[in-house]
Amino acid sequence: MTITLNNRTETFQTSPMSIAQIIEEKNYRFRMLVVKLNGRIISGDDYPRTMVHNGDRLDIIHLVSGG
Amino acid sequence: MTVSQNIASVLGIKTVGIAGAGGLGSNVAPALVRSGVGKLIIADYDTVSESNLNRQFYFANQIGRPKVEALRENLLRINPRAAIAVHHCRITEDNAGLVFGSCDVVVEAFDKADEKKWFVEWMSLHYPEKPLVMASGIAGWGNMETLRIQRSDNVYICGDQTETEGKNVPLLAPRVTLVAMMQANIVVDILLKDSTL
Repeated sequence: MTITLNNRTETFQTSPMSIAQIIEEKNYRFRMLVVKLNGRIISGDDYPRTMVHNGDRLDIIHLVSGG
Repeated sequence: MTVSQNIASVLGIKTVGIAGAGGLGSNVAPALVRSGVGKLIIADYDTVSESNLNRQFYFANQIGRPKVEALRENLLRINPRAAIAVHHCRITEDNAGLVFGSCDVVVEAFDKADEKKWFVEWMSLHYPEKPLVMASGIAGWGNMETLRIQRSDNVYICGDQTETEGKNVPLLAPRVTLVAMMQANIVVDILLKDSTL
């Protein structure tokens, strides 16, 4: 499937994939994430069961302390 | 009218909220006052300490005072006619709407990642149309090319988004201020958008 991940076109071998699978495949090792699927915030508990489909827009934001 | 006059007339009627008055918020605020933003609403629960002076817009004789009060005083020295509303409190789900509901744009300038997270999630749920300009990843020095802006709908995230916790990477004035200026620059851009200048 081809999705827009953080405003870039990205292709994955399998479709659909859960948000948790995408985080795993991208090797994101972030502690504090904000995830938006098609503009909607997805809470951490829902990453394994929220499926991402071809054409979806996924934003994964990494929040780091310091301000 | 000149372009500068047009900018002044547009920014002069805008309100910007700043959530946090540390290294980010205390530096974003003077940039916006100097740019001519009509009203700032600033919230922070902390007081000025000596360790803040290496990067935050405070002075040695303000140590011990609530940051929002010291910041208001400093901003009024720049422009005595600026409208600066301050709230010396912690922003929570109970007061965030009251404090920032009237703002055209809100700047997230908290310190801790978990505060940033609840705030962006809360704002996205309750005020999805309101632009939110955040910062994530500002520690260290050099590495200017890693500073970037990620946009997700009405949320803008400035910084390198790189974890430094546990690595003892300090917060230093140049890089903190750079990211604060990225935030201020985006705020001005959003406020001037759609205006004929």
